[in-house]
Amino acid sequence: MSDQTIPCIELNGKPIPFQAGESIMQAATQAGVYIPHLCHHPDVSPHGSCRVCIVKVNGRVKASCITPAEEGAVVESECDEIRQLRKRLIQMLFVEGNHFCPSCEMSGQCQLQALAYDLNMLDTHFDHFYPNRAIDCTHPDIILDRDRCINCDLCVRASAQIDNKQALSLGGRGQQTHLQANCESGLLKDSGIESQDKAMHICPVGALLPKNNHYPQITGERIYDKAPISEVGNVRPENHQGDQTKGPIS
Amino acid sequence: MSDNKVKVATCSLAGCFGCHMSFLDIDERIVDLINHVRFDRSPLTDIKEVGHCAIGLVEGGLCNEENVEVLKAFRENCDLLVSVGACAINGGVPAMRNNIPLEECLETAYVNGIGVVDPQIPQHEDIPPLLNKVLPIHEAVHVDYFLPGCPPPADAFWELLTAVLENREPNLDYSLRHFD
Repeated sequence: MSDQTIPCIELNGKPIPFQAGESIMQAATQAGVYIPHLCHHPDVSPHGSCRVCIVKVNGRVKASCITPAEEGAVVESECDEIRQLRKRLIQMLFVEGNHFCPSCEMSGQCQLQALAYDLNMLDTHFDHFYPNRAIDCTHPDIILDRDRCINCDLCVRASAQIDNKQALSLGGRGQQTHLQANCESGLLKDSGIESQDKAMHICPVGALLPKNNHYPQITGERIYDKAPISEVGNVRPENHQGDQTKGPIS
Repeated sequence: MSDNKVKVATCSLAGCFGCHMSFLDIDERIVDLINHVRFDRSPLTDIKEVGHCAIGLVEGGLCNEENVEVLKAFRENCDLLVSVGACAINGGVPAMRNNIPLEECLETAYVNGIGVVDPQIPQHEDIPPLLNKVLPIHEAVHVDYFLPGCPPPADAFWELLTAVLENREPNLDYSLRHFD
């Protein structure tokens, strides 16, 4: 077995090795190739729901976070067609929620916004839903602002798989899908979530926010002010200090 | 008034004029600009009706019937219509009222608000009726170009105008693409 060559996919024209069972996203990340994503995080199981990580695999469009790497697969992640599809996905996420960047404290540090910048999204293209979504301010330390939530499920998975709490869940269906406290009252204060939980520090937007330390970074020094997300990665503010990124980039 | 200058119109609908202020941040470049463009209807000229223009810059979204009227006049008269700033592009801060019934907004402001004297909801033929929801302008008319930002940086205005004058597609660098 030792003389067997390592299996590879071809990603954007270059061979990328992978271990059996890895997804295209995992293989790309290990090779240092950034594939845009929102609902994916290396510390929790993949979900495949945001579709932003779509790539072309042997000519077919697939979500790279849930598509296994296979020997000889030809994968394109940055062709015009894929970038245009990604832009439309991001535009749909914008019109589906209430994303008012000028007054949002995550502006400049938000992965949804950063992907919009990187994909040269200048407008929202579609008609806006302006949905009516409730804010949950019942928790002493945490705000749940559903206007900004993109239902990526990262906090739900982090709470279940890392914090071992199952403090959160996605409720409803279709357009009514919403993040909820996974307890009888449905209120964040009764969910068991705490400030130090991974669920609090995995949100790619500003849906789960601490009640203190608002607007910690001045404009011009925020994560995505100077460099695009394709260079910086999906970074949370607590892992970012000026131009220095602390901890793993996902 | 016939000259070879390109005519530009600007207006602020449901906006704060911040985009216009940012436009003026092109500073001394405005001297170069007026060698090439002539302003038609604009808060800068105080001309009230829009004539035929090459470029129409529209700041702000649609919050009342007059906004819709002005926008349609701009669309009919401008070869290129540009959606300028967060409010024109997604409704912006004024659209944050979209989740509150209009009647409740008016009653809070003019009837039940703290310190209100002679409470009544203003009604007069000179006051344009409000729309139930604040809308971005691309939901009412076709838009050719977008300048995001709150406000868009002066350099974004400059890039757009010089690109149109040079007959090329505008290209906003990463530093000019922001939503805040």
